[in-house]
Amino acid sequence: MRLAKIDWVLGVVLAAMVVAVSACGSSSSSSSSANLPTKIGAGEGQLNLVAWEGYAEPKWVKPYEAKTGCKVHAKYAGSSDEMVTLMRQGGGGQYDMVSASGDASLRLIRGGEVAPMNVDLVPEWKNFFPQLQSPSHNTVDGKHYGISLQWGPNTLLYNAKSVTPAPTSWSVIYSGQYKGQVTVPANPIQIADAALYLSRTKPSLGISDPYELTEAQLNAAGELLKQQKPLIKKYWALASDEIELFKNGDTVIGAAWPYQYSQLKGDKEPVEQIIPKEGATGWADTWMLSAHAKHPNCAYEWVNWVSSPKVQAEQATTYGETPVNEKACGEMEKIEKGSCSVYHANAPASYFDSIKFWKTPVAECGNGQNDCMDYSKWQQKWTEVTG
Amino acid sequence: MSTAGFAAGSNARIRVSAALFRRPWLRGGLLLSGPLAWFVLIYLAALVVLFISSLWSVDSFTGNLVHTWTLDNFKTLVEVDTYRTIALRTIGIAAAVTVTDAILALPFAFFAVRIAPKRLQGVLFVAVLIPLWSSYLVRVYVWRLILAKDGVLNWALGQVGLGSLNIGYSNWAMWIVFSYIWLPFMILPIWSAIERVPDSYIEASADLGARGWRTFRTVLFPLILPGIAAGSIFTFSLTLGDYITPTLVGGAGSDFIGNVVYQNVGVASNVPFAAAFATAPLVVMGVYLLIARRMGAFEAL
Repeated sequence: MRLAKIDWVLGVVLAAMVVAVSACGSSSSSSSSANLPTKIGAGEGQLNLVAWEGYAEPKWVKPYEAKTGCKVHAKYAGSSDEMVTLMRQGGGGQYDMVSASGDASLRLIRGGEVAPMNVDLVPEWKNFFPQLQSPSHNTVDGKHYGISLQWGPNTLLYNAKSVTPAPTSWSVIYSGQYKGQVTVPANPIQIADAALYLSRTKPSLGISDPYELTEAQLNAAGELLKQQKPLIKKYWALASDEIELFKNGDTVIGAAWPYQYSQLKGDKEPVEQIIPKEGATGWADTWMLSAHAKHPNCAYEWVNWVSSPKVQAEQATTYGETPVNEKACGEMEKIEKGSCSVYHANAPASYFDSIKFWKTPVAECGNGQNDCMDYSKWQQKWTEVTG
Repeated sequence: MSTAGFAAGSNARIRVSAALFRRPWLRGGLLLSGPLAWFVLIYLAALVVLFISSLWSVDSFTGNLVHTWTLDNFKTLVEVDTYRTIALRTIGIAAAVTVTDAILALPFAFFAVRIAPKRLQGVLFVAVLIPLWSSYLVRVYVWRLILAKDGVLNWALGQVGLGSLNIGYSNWAMWIVFSYIWLPFMILPIWSAIERVPDSYIEASADLGARGWRTFRTVLFPLILPGIAAGSIFTFSLTLGDYITPTLVGGAGSDFIGNVVYQNVGVASNVPFAAAFATAPLVVMGVYLLIARRMGAFEAL
């Protein structure tokens, strides 16, 4: 009898295992290549977004909701990895759109999480800067997997009262000058910042692209970050964390987005930001449509809304980034005189080219060889450094 | 017809109850099957799934699961120093928090049960429980404000001319916050353990000439040890599995096992590796429970 009972328990456990294995085995990604919509239908009443903090501000979300009747639910993500994961969770139908940066967009396209969009349904698209109409990070084989949104550099943020003289180089966050008062993002892509710094300070490593690193180059960047770790107060995960760190005096210098700068400036904190002489990494964001979106019409209404010159200008001035719509410049001047040039909305193409935009590291190097470290190696290296 | 139906129905019922009466094991089995199925399906099956998925891997670019058996995840855990450091840090801080809470809770519970008048006792009991009525997150965030560089602690120290401490966002901060958060879970089992010691034991000890300290060491302490062990199960396991406090008040290099699990599930989408690392606290907790059982913790619960 005792034996029979054990057999029975074993049977149930085995059955559970079988069910689990087969359930997990059946979930496979299907990239939908359905024909594109030719017109925007009636709104579905709501829109679920995965966005960077500050990308769904009431200033432009409220009028959109009033105009279209689509209620916006935004989930803020702290990193590109988190965005990719959120879009994959639960078969992907939970969210309609994601404001993916260049280091997430290709992963989403290859993984089949996002669907092509019809740019003809977005009239403002024709007014975008040419280099952002079909950039390689969101357009594959002539298919547009989303509509470009905004772009900008990752900056060096510092407390002008405590940090004197004003820094001109990224070296201040790698040397011991401000030990225990430095903060950088908790994000593996931060390795690219270290690599960019090394490409200028240690030319012997031969780093030409901070996202295409050989094993030796990745190790060198890892070493630099390991030396930096004792200087770090905290690796920030959300923009609001960094804002709090600066407000409470725990940190005085760190790598940031222009968003933190404008928020702190708005609260009258004595902060400044610069693009150091070594240059900067940056992001170019795209609103991408989920392949399993439940509210596609609201999604098309949304990209039309955020592509319009007025909203482009509002977002650019709130966040401190550069709009993709050429016509936003005039609207920015209306909001804040001189903001068009401050946020580079009229800068020449050379400025765009000077920023090393985030992209997903892959094994395939630019030189046709396959000896570069892919993103999983970057993640491992990052855990080794920060854990 | 209706009587025939009734008779047939009651006949069947009598037969079933007779069968059950003759076989007590069947009766017991049927009664237990509900809770047992719940336990097996929801609890054990979850652990089995966890373990199975730790033997899979993830395609690094598309992020899809690869269903081939591999021990690579466990190999990485053993070979990479960082994960060992994180595991040791987690266990170390959990142990430190447990010891701290035991040291804080023992005199408090002793005072509340043995010395405080009845009315004060009630007040103290409520005081222990009140923090549990507010959100965990709120309490951690409050500590973050207290320990920040321009925070309340440094302000107070500055007022009395003691300079300032730089312990915000560090392992010290985690130790303080964890000790604070889990303290009620240590106080309550010790409280009830002390309550259960009959007064006559203390009197008998005094009659035999033992002073206060000796009475505590040889009579009281052995009797409340199971209570301490029971409380330590809570403080140790709750700290071991936490990832929110390290995220909020930890600094650079304050990751716990839970943080690595969270990053791998929520950020890197590497569930197999997360599952592999999650088995570490399971093993630690299993060993801990075995030790706690020998100390009589389960009788004290």
